[in-house]
Amino acid sequence: MKKRLKREIPFHLMLLLPMLFLAVFSFAPLFGILMAFQDYMPAKGILQSRWVGLENFDFIFSLPSSRQIFANTIIISLGKLAAGIIVPVFFALLLNEIRVIAFKRTVQTIVYLPHFLSWVVLANVVSSILGFDGPINSLIQSTGHDPILFLGSNVWFRPVIILSDCWKEFGYGSIIYLSALTSIDPGLYESASLDGASRLQKIFYITLPMLVPTIVLMMALNLGNILNAGFDQIFNLYNPLVYETGDIIDTYVYRIGLIDMQYSLATAAGLIKSVIGFVLIMSSNLVSRKLVSRSIF
Amino acid sequence: MQIEFFKNKLMDTVVWLIVILMTLCCLLPLLNTLAISFSNNSAVNANQVGILPVGFTLSSYKKLLEDNQFWRSAWISVLRVVLGTGLNMLMMILLAYPLSKSKNRFASRDIYMKLVIFAMLFNGGLIPGYIIVSKLHLLNTIWALVLPGAVPVFNVILLMNFMKGLPEALEEAAVIDGASEWTILTRVVLPISKPGLATVALFCIVNHWNDYFQGLIYMRTPSKYPLQTYIQQLTIDVSQITDPQQLIYFMTISTRTLNAAKIVVATVPLLVIYPFLQRYFVTGIVIGAVKE
Repeated sequence: MKKRLKREIPFHLMLLLPMLFLAVFSFAPLFGILMAFQDYMPAKGILQSRWVGLENFDFIFSLPSSRQIFANTIIISLGKLAAGIIVPVFFALLLNEIRVIAFKRTVQTIVYLPHFLSWVVLANVVSSILGFDGPINSLIQSTGHDPILFLGSNVWFRPVIILSDCWKEFGYGSIIYLSALTSIDPGLYESASLDGASRLQKIFYITLPMLVPTIVLMMALNLGNILNAGFDQIFNLYNPLVYETGDIIDTYVYRIGLIDMQYSLATAAGLIKSVIGFVLIMSSNLVSRKLVSRSIF
Repeated sequence: MQIEFFKNKLMDTVVWLIVILMTLCCLLPLLNTLAISFSNNSAVNANQVGILPVGFTLSSYKKLLEDNQFWRSAWISVLRVVLGTGLNMLMMILLAYPLSKSKNRFASRDIYMKLVIFAMLFNGGLIPGYIIVSKLHLLNTIWALVLPGAVPVFNVILLMNFMKGLPEALEEAAVIDGASEWTILTRVVLPISKPGLATVALFCIVNHWNDYFQGLIYMRTPSKYPLQTYIQQLTIDVSQITDPQQLIYFMTISTRTLNAAKIVVATVPLLVIYPFLQRYFVTGIVIGAVKE
């Protein structure tokens, strides 16, 4: 026993430094959550600031815009969730039907690329494409319609966010389904062919059902992340004209916290999000473990 | 039989068409920005530029060469990638290796693992994190871009899963030979973990290069912005816009070619490492999805 413990000392030593970093930058900030229950003044610090109980939370719940921001977050997230599963699955199924390896490789090289580019870069690309005199609007004008101010319109902003996210991520998202496809037993297809199944029938009765566990896993994980509607993307594409439909919890927290310097209010809003998010992700992990006996942690 | 053959051909054609169409959707917008950067201003404002430059000119790039702040920011980004990725690698190895051990080999493993997962799933949020960085006097230094994200937990789990998948026989042989854990880590595990290490290293490089937000909140003076923050500030400062006319004006300003050139140059480093990335990230995702 003693020898075993001695054997473990190097492990503790290895963990020392990374754990120190986690303690300082992940665990210490948890004490900052106390600010949510205070009227925090930077000059006074957490120990000296006045305690206000749940006042900050009451204030947040009483704001009419809070409901709107919460709704925006959920709507945009659900839209991304749906598009982010349907399109990658569809694309993986198509790619699986292609037998010319060189073509497949080229396609994959291109569609994976946008995932690695930042939203700062892609927001520029998107606003250039959707600009008032950009290619999309010239197309619309050539059919005799008025140009649309996509990024300044409360009708169009959410669809633009959902579609541009799908555009950036569908290729990368298809990887996990493609790898699930490679593990399907070829014998299944052979016996289906012997029974006279067509290609479409094979897709619907073999390939798609075999993808279901992966689809459920991805859905569960994304449901756990539903309060993260994509700060980087929206922050780089929105403007005050579309706050009504595009402002999400994270952008709101950023504005009241770091722009308006209302530390306590921002921390309270952030805490609500963290707690709900934590519960959601724990339960979605549990659900996917039960349903398809797979989980991330 | 003949009908079956034609049905097959038809389906192949439809599949190819849709795949080509989706691929073009990914490619064309990027080519448009590239073309804009090589076009002259008037052609861009007249909306004549598609995927090929119109009125080919290098003037945007010449102007960019004289933009000192752009290159200063680029240097800050390079420095950050080097320092940040180096620190990330050290932390990930030190964390992933002990955690990859079974409970029999390392009794307290599960306690550490729970802490790491908790750190990944729950955090104090934006403001408490900001206050810590400010209290440590890291604001306005490159360390604010490097230290807070020193332990990229998701990549740690990825690397841990990779190490778990290594053949145990090698390690056991080393244990019998009396090698210490440090020797096993540096002489046995690391050399055979190269694909896993390459995957997480590339992910860290991309993350550091692409991040604009830490630069935005932790750097008080714009001269210290990393490249992505510099570009973000230049092109997307729309927070004051209150009426549609302003937005229209903003989207047609004559700096579009110059901005496009900045975006292209900021993307080149990613394109350079992309072939390496592509070799590894598929494996990376697949091992990352293995259950813990």
